[in-house]
Amino acid sequence: MNKVFLIIQREYLSRVRKKSFLILTFLVPSLFIGMYAAIFFIYKNSDDTAKKFNVIDKSGIFENQFKDQSNVTFNYIDAEYETAKKEARTEKDVFLLYIGNNFKETGDVEIIAEKKPGIALVSEIENQMESILQTKKLLAAGIDTAVLNGAKAKVNINAKQLTDEGEKDASIGATYVVGFLGAFLIYLALFIYGAQVMRGIIEEKTSRIVEVIVSSVKPFQLMLGKILGVGAVGLTQFLLWIILSTGLSTLGANAFMNQSDTKTEQTDTKNKIPTEISAQNGGAAQQFFKAADTINFPFIISTFLFYFIGGYLLYSALFAAVGSAVDNETETQQFMLPITLPLIFTFILGMNVIVNNPDSNLSFWLSIIPFTSPIAMMIRIPFGVPAWQLALSIVLLIAGFIFTTWVASRIYRVGILMHGKKITYKELAKWFTYRE
Amino acid sequence: MLSIRNIVKEYAKHRALDDVSLEIERGTIFGLLGPNGAGKTSLIRIINQITAPDSGEIYLNGEKLNQSHISKIGYLPEERGLYKKMEIGEQMLYLARLKGLSRADATQRIKYWFEKMEMQTWWKKKVEDLSKGMQQKVQFVATVLHEPELIILDEPFSGFDPVNAEIIKNEILELNKKGSTIIFSTHRMESVEELCKHIALIHKSHKILDGSVKSIKNAYRNNTFEIGLNKAIEQADLQTADLLNTNISDEEAIVQTVKLRDGFSANNLLQELIPLVNLTYFKEVIPTINEIFIKTVKA
Repeated sequence: MNKVFLIIQREYLSRVRKKSFLILTFLVPSLFIGMYAAIFFIYKNSDDTAKKFNVIDKSGIFENQFKDQSNVTFNYIDAEYETAKKEARTEKDVFLLYIGNNFKETGDVEIIAEKKPGIALVSEIENQMESILQTKKLLAAGIDTAVLNGAKAKVNINAKQLTDEGEKDASIGATYVVGFLGAFLIYLALFIYGAQVMRGIIEEKTSRIVEVIVSSVKPFQLMLGKILGVGAVGLTQFLLWIILSTGLSTLGANAFMNQSDTKTEQTDTKNKIPTEISAQNGGAAQQFFKAADTINFPFIISTFLFYFIGGYLLYSALFAAVGSAVDNETETQQFMLPITLPLIFTFILGMNVIVNNPDSNLSFWLSIIPFTSPIAMMIRIPFGVPAWQLALSIVLLIAGFIFTTWVASRIYRVGILMHGKKITYKELAKWFTYRE
Repeated sequence: MLSIRNIVKEYAKHRALDDVSLEIERGTIFGLLGPNGAGKTSLIRIINQITAPDSGEIYLNGEKLNQSHISKIGYLPEERGLYKKMEIGEQMLYLARLKGLSRADATQRIKYWFEKMEMQTWWKKKVEDLSKGMQQKVQFVATVLHEPELIILDEPFSGFDPVNAEIIKNEILELNKKGSTIIFSTHRMESVEELCKHIALIHKSHKILDGSVKSIKNAYRNNTFEIGLNKAIEQADLQTADLLNTNISDEEAIVQTVKLRDGFSANNLLQELIPLVNLTYFKEVIPTINEIFIKTVKA
């Protein structure tokens, strides 16, 4: 066991000391935070100033019917089309909404401004106009205003998740993001670190040092040491990523929260807009954070670590077997497909099926079968998974990697000493049956 | 010291070793010979416990071969390599510790060997910065660093220039003098003659020859003599021997080889020759290991 530790140590240190490790460790969280920041920035700069609409209503249908919103105010003017147009052209954030005489016949409406109005703004106007017209038509048809008001229904879906601690707010968006992120990281990690194991083995095989090493340790010990060493590198990288990301994003989020708080206050005093609306507006991100708070992160992170380790052990053993069977990296192609296929397959299904229906039969089976469970289960977990399913999946994954490691080691011990032979699946099967 | 008993090793289609037995005495330099594909590497791998035999046993110092023997054996494979990106010192430390040395012991011994082989400046170098000959030196040192009782060298001189080959040869002899038993697998028969006390020849999975170099050579003597003389003799002049070969490169110094006929001795031949010619020398032709090798393998 002491020797396995020596091997782990070498594999670990030789990789962690590389410049590429350091670069990757800092690059990924920076990219992550950068993306985050970019989204905030775009969001912040999109609708922060209230738009003013000068309305010329020649038809008279919409007079005093438009309602001010947090991001739009309406101002009815009685100016000429041309002069109003000029004002709209020169002044920023002032739009001219022109409803023509023959609106009833043609439905013709113009928005004139210095810059193009956003889609959200246009649809806001459209909605208001549609609703005004509808009300007018209903009134014209003789329906009482009181009945009309009573008939208006407002639906606001507030997803709640039943847990042991009672009801919790569940944000589908946040759940989706967390599950997807976990699955994606595992998917990526299995490829990256599995390939590292494979490359390491090919290197030892082609440089022929392997024969010297296996005269000191058993082939199985060497394979195990390499797998565990590279795995430890992966874990280190993930832990650093988690620490760096949470550190940086906490800093970033605090800065953002402070900013948006002051802004809310400003708009409050100026425009006397009910805070309820302002919170809705200024805080899609806040809402996301609020929802994210309801997710059990310690649980998710520990399951993530388990599925990463389990999935990694299972797949890296297969990568190791492939590495031992070939003489160089280009020959790995023929053996890679059966390994990568279940991963890609699960990932694609995960994004389409599991996310939309986390409790379907397919989702269940994918999250139970060891070859697909590391990815599938990560997507399901934020949605809530019954304990027995989780337990079954964990037990099967452990059994799965013990099995693949056993199969791989039987191929590995023969493969590493075999050179210049074209290897087929039949050959691999033969190696597997060799006695020691 | 090493007792190899009835080893059989089969791969899918062929039998690499068929009932091979060998006794290797402590303190000897043992030449393991055989053409390519004869089964030498298979046998060496079994001794190193890299693979296991299908049947048969190996005993080291009377104990059945087991994991504890790994630190007592040093193995330099024919196809050898090092980690290209790893510093030499660190790499040696790693290999020595895998053989069971402590970090402190390993460091000390590496320093000793580096000094001895004039490699002091190599510690921080990477393998890719060394020439092939330098790499071979590193590999040799790594093989003997843990002071193994049994050193197995597969083609140790390949890749060395004559100067370095001489250095390595002297190191091998010195290690042997200090008590290490050495198994030496090679195709270079001149180094076998020079170094080995015992040899075994493996051919087509079987051991076909085994013994001390002296006794094997004796067994392959066939009463052939080489004579140096001033005037060539004719077959007609000889009753006791058959003339095999005549070499007249120099009129004054003719070399002829003859083979004694049955029932005659070297003395009979000399008596016959003395009245006829002036002899400059007379010696028995003892076959070289190379000749024995070719003869037995072809047979």
